[in-house]
Amino acid sequence: MMQETLPQLNPTPGAGHSDANAAAEPLVRIEGLTIGFPDETGERFVPVVEDAGFVVHRNEILGLVGESGSGKTQTSMAILGLTRRPGKVMAGHVIVDGVDVVGLDEAGLRRVRGRKAAMIFQSPRTSLNPLMTVGDQVARVYVRQRGMNRRAARAEALAMLRRVGIAGAERVAGSYPHQLSGGMAQRVMIGMMVACGPDLLIADEPTTGLDVTIQAQIFELIQQVQAEARMSVLLITHDLGVVAETCHRVAVMQGGRVVEIAPVEELFARPRHPYTVRLLGAMLRPDRPSGDTQEPDPLPERLDIEVGGRRYEAVSVDAWAAAGVGLPMTIEVAPGHFVLCHEREDGADAAETER
Amino acid sequence: MTLRRYVLRRLALTAVTLVGVILAVFAMTRILPGDPVAVKAGTYATDEVRASIRKELGLDKPVPVQLATYVGNVLKGDFGRSTRSGHPVRDDLFNRLPATVELALAALLVGALVGGPLGIWAALRRGGRLDAAVQQVAILSAAMPLFWFGLVLIFFFYHLWGIAPPPVGRLATNIAPPTHLTGLYTVDALLTANWSALRSALGHLALPTLALGVAVMASFIKMARSAMIGVLDSDYILAAKSLGLSDREIVWQDALKNALVSLLTVVGIVLGYLLAGNVLIETIFAWPGIGYYAWNALTGSDYDAIQGFVLLVAIVYVFLNLAIDLAYTVIDPRIRLG
Repeated sequence: MMQETLPQLNPTPGAGHSDANAAAEPLVRIEGLTIGFPDETGERFVPVVEDAGFVVHRNEILGLVGESGSGKTQTSMAILGLTRRPGKVMAGHVIVDGVDVVGLDEAGLRRVRGRKAAMIFQSPRTSLNPLMTVGDQVARVYVRQRGMNRRAARAEALAMLRRVGIAGAERVAGSYPHQLSGGMAQRVMIGMMVACGPDLLIADEPTTGLDVTIQAQIFELIQQVQAEARMSVLLITHDLGVVAETCHRVAVMQGGRVVEIAPVEELFARPRHPYTVRLLGAMLRPDRPSGDTQEPDPLPERLDIEVGGRRYEAVSVDAWAAAGVGLPMTIEVAPGHFVLCHEREDGADAAETER
Repeated sequence: MTLRRYVLRRLALTAVTLVGVILAVFAMTRILPGDPVAVKAGTYATDEVRASIRKELGLDKPVPVQLATYVGNVLKGDFGRSTRSGHPVRDDLFNRLPATVELALAALLVGALVGGPLGIWAALRRGGRLDAAVQQVAILSAAMPLFWFGLVLIFFFYHLWGIAPPPVGRLATNIAPPTHLTGLYTVDALLTANWSALRSALGHLALPTLALGVAVMASFIKMARSAMIGVLDSDYILAAKSLGLSDREIVWQDALKNALVSLLTVVGIVLGYLLAGNVLIETIFAWPGIGYYAWNALTGSDYDAIQGFVLLVAIVYVFLNLAIDLAYTVIDPRIRLG
């Protein structure tokens, strides 16, 4: 059930209005999200995510990429209202299916968690309670989220284990997490989350520490359950190869900000933000001859962008302070392709003096 | 199966430890200063008397022979004879053990049932005012000298307010011990519906239990709090939260059980400490346990009694650890199923 249209908070300056997306309200809309952690003195909050925003449409897989510490995990945890103390959401909105999660009380959050959005984590084996059998852990989700009795829940849990490709589901249901391999544990985790019937599955680097062959299987499984349940997936990864194969759209984060969002083909073909360019340059390319490793020039810290006769420049976030740039804005450079950049007020002069 | 191998290995280890314990106790009495012959013979004994006592104690024989005799006696259950009481040390110890066990279990109960929940509660309110208060309580209860606290309790509850019975022994003098079943007066009195004995036993048990219970409570608070915090920070709690489980479900179904598993070790350590017989508390309350006995043996140079006491405590400790390890195989699937 959808609520009436949401008030447009902090309308992004310069953002284009793609009418196709405006028609259907996205499942998740993140706006101006700022998450801070206290510094050593405990008095000031240092932002780890700053003014971040993107949407997750229904029935899509959105990749969220960026270096470690760029705020990918913090952003996704905020969707579930799971920002860990002493960190806190300092500003912004995370609207999940019409409900703003920011400032929501525990009871409200519990209605979002599991049903609206569920999350699988990096280390599947430690994400399962070591003292409870796998079957019980999946079954209690059905008891909790679907109001089933224990017997029905157990049967459903078995069916779910089979559905996520676990051979010998009866035996696995009776075993404990430490008896599972990492890949099996991640299958169980996926089954557990899908059992909640969420609209959004957040997968935070779900294959870290798994074999390469198992990694591929897990991504296939995620795609499979996504298609079956017609849910959305937010896939956090730093593997661009996975993004290319799995995702529909990609959001790139750097230094706590979302710097570029685009459909996958568009981003890979025409990256506009310097950080994205660098990220793609660092990607292993089997199609490129191995002798061809010497990079011609150091990659740019800023790139010029021209849209509708106006001139902008996209600047690597770590160079902002040195460049003395003003407030950033998000512009749409092509349909569905957004870049975080700065307006160039006095044309080429500003750029010239900085260089 | 791995569990069977684990249990067998653990049992074998226990046997080895016991051999080590016996050797250590034997060596201890040979190395420690003091001459049992001199004690037994008195200051004015002639050399002939000394020689005959030496012979009687078997100390004239070579050390390996002495060791063999000692081990043989221990295995037969012969711990020697107390010079003070004139009874076999084994009988003395076993007559006094129930008093110590009763006090130890009562103190463990108080310490665990108050300290455990307090520590867990503090962990659930980490960083809050309650957490700080509970930690202060833990520090206070650990820092308080036991004998002083025992005396304070006596001063207020017996001397000043007259609520507690005189701090002497396990029962009032005009009450006969209940029929011997377990040797624990409270349990025996309860089982035989001997209400007057139960009242008296509980009354006498109260203050020493409080003193020891408060002392061991600190360990439970600290361990329960840190165990619970560790559990609450773990990945599976985060995952359970993201499933939409309520805090109460998470605490009861996930957190508590995992925290309690690590608390079992503390139970073992604390019970071992309590069963060694607390010399100070047993002395202050004239509690006829093995700690009081050991104190008398030490001050009276009663060598066989000291040796027997040390051996008994060591054996109790070894078997307690065995019991804890075996208990883990029941409650922790990671050990049960390897």
